[in-house]
Amino acid sequence: MNRDRRITPLVFGAPALIGLAVFLVLPFLMALVLTFTDQRLVSPQPGAFVGLRNYQRLLSVGALVQSPERDRDTAYVRVRAVTRSDPAWRGYRPLGDFRIGARRVTILAKDPPFLRALGNTFAFAMMVVPLQCALALGLALLVNAGIRGETVFRAIYFSPVVMSMVIVSVVWAFLFDRDLGLLNQTLGAISFGVVRPVDWLGNPATAMPAIAIMSAWQGAGFQMLILLAGLQGISQELYDAARIDGASVWQRFVHITLPGLRQTIVFVLIVTTIAALGLFTQVDVMTGGGPRGATATVMFEAVRHGVREGDIAYGATISVVYFALITGLIVLQQWLMRSRARVAG
Amino acid sequence: MTPAAYKSIPLRLALYALMAVFGVVFLLPFLFMLSSSLKTNDGIFADFASIRAVLPVGALTGENYLHAFARGNIGHYLANSLLITGVTVLMGMVVNSLAAFALARLEWRGKQTALTLLVIALVVPFEAISVPLMILVAKLPGVALGADGLTMTRSWLDTLYVQIVPFVANAFSIFLFYQFFRDIPKDFDEAAYIDGATPLQVYRHVIVPSSLPVFATVAILQSLTMWNQYLWPLITVPGEAARPLMIGMEQFFGARKTAWGEVMAYASLITVPVLIAFIVLQRWFVRSVVGSGVKG
Repeated sequence: MNRDRRITPLVFGAPALIGLAVFLVLPFLMALVLTFTDQRLVSPQPGAFVGLRNYQRLLSVGALVQSPERDRDTAYVRVRAVTRSDPAWRGYRPLGDFRIGARRVTILAKDPPFLRALGNTFAFAMMVVPLQCALALGLALLVNAGIRGETVFRAIYFSPVVMSMVIVSVVWAFLFDRDLGLLNQTLGAISFGVVRPVDWLGNPATAMPAIAIMSAWQGAGFQMLILLAGLQGISQELYDAARIDGASVWQRFVHITLPGLRQTIVFVLIVTTIAALGLFTQVDVMTGGGPRGATATVMFEAVRHGVREGDIAYGATISVVYFALITGLIVLQQWLMRSRARVAG
Repeated sequence: MTPAAYKSIPLRLALYALMAVFGVVFLLPFLFMLSSSLKTNDGIFADFASIRAVLPVGALTGENYLHAFARGNIGHYLANSLLITGVTVLMGMVVNSLAAFALARLEWRGKQTALTLLVIALVVPFEAISVPLMILVAKLPGVALGADGLTMTRSWLDTLYVQIVPFVANAFSIFLFYQFFRDIPKDFDEAAYIDGATPLQVYRHVIVPSSLPVFATVAILQSLTMWNQYLWPLITVPGEAARPLMIGMEQFFGARKTAWGEVMAYASLITVPVLIAFIVLQRWFVRSVVGSGVKG
């Protein structure tokens, strides 16, 4: 009996444990090992140990400060001339530059596309997480208002969630079209032609916001449902009491609804953030990372290097750094919200 | 459980208007996809700039559907997708609920550690391990059923099971089951244990029957994920034989002139069955998500 008690949990958990160990933990450990090699995808021989070279290539950043050639001149030594002649800057490429007084500061990195992709990924998360969660909360409040037909609307709002992201991307590429797309047509019509047509996916400034709008549209229904579950868990008596005390709709929202949803909102924010940082499909289908690298994301870079260019060691390095970043971010987010929600235990 | 605050008629009208506006925004892309699937390429672009784009008007044709079927091996891809989704979800329900049962209802040393590890596993996005996982499965010895019977192969790539086996055990599913099982009153299983029941009997006759909402939730969420998989089959299934429906989409592009009507027909073919399933099950689904406490 005593032996049974020790063995039973193991037997029950074994299939899942083996599955997670082989297909989650093991690939992660493998990736960790690969990051120190120069293994290639189709190469027959095993990769050689290269130390921290992959990490150096990924993360090396520096600032090159240059003074003008002559006084009151704006001519500087060309950055390419510096990276070619100066061994300290070998392998670096420019990421961007700005001026401080007469001096020019050029930010150089060994892998500028990766750093740009990192920036793009976070920019996307900053856009889509608030947008999607606010939209979801608004929709949840609407379908929880207790008016007839809410089941139908709930179904409509949720329906994009069942649609594959690949298909969503293809369909929305049409809506985003500059000349004829429905979005520009609508904007033009309701503003009586004041809003000029926007080349949503072709302009580096609008491509990522466009993908964020589409992603929020696709995913909000799911968060709506989770928030709805949270809303229905808030006691009706609180609202009744507040109404008797003369609290306005807004006061009730701020003092009853929001605190009551706190745990749910934290959960929704975390789930949405993780999904946002993994952005890949939409970019792969709609823009291929363009225009001019404006929508390339970390995952897109990892797949580009690891699969399409066959440099799996470097692709793995991107994955490992990305995992570390996400874990750090989630911990930070949890800490910032000082959530009392205990996820487990 | 609905606030009875919206009694005034103007307020109700305003709410309806708002719901309707959102409703239109959420439906338009669907209508565009479905209407375009019935139009010729010329028809799509002629209607593009007006409201006609989202309405099935003009010269309608079913040819796109016929062409889409003729072009790709849709029946074969569909069978693959159904098999992959069905098998993964069924196996996943058993495997993950058993693990959650051990975590939530049995006492053992190391349980807290296991829970912490589970929460960490929740944070790992699949995208982050997809490339190393691909390298792993490329080297795993597998089996193939070919002309010369069952043979050993040197890789899992290009198979159906490479799209199934890695996804059976799922941290998120375990977590959902765990949360639900934890809140079932302990009296039930204690009574059963006193009557001499084994843990397996308690799982089957006490826990499973009272947890149908969470089984439904996990099944639906997992089905959606599996049906819509893109990155994974893209990198592990280059060939035709094991290709799922979603990757079949690719063959409509790349040619010099994309036949958009056919693309939309193919997209509709993938989406409509799931949409119908959702509409039929939605009452139940919503209740199950709300009931299973997917709320952190």
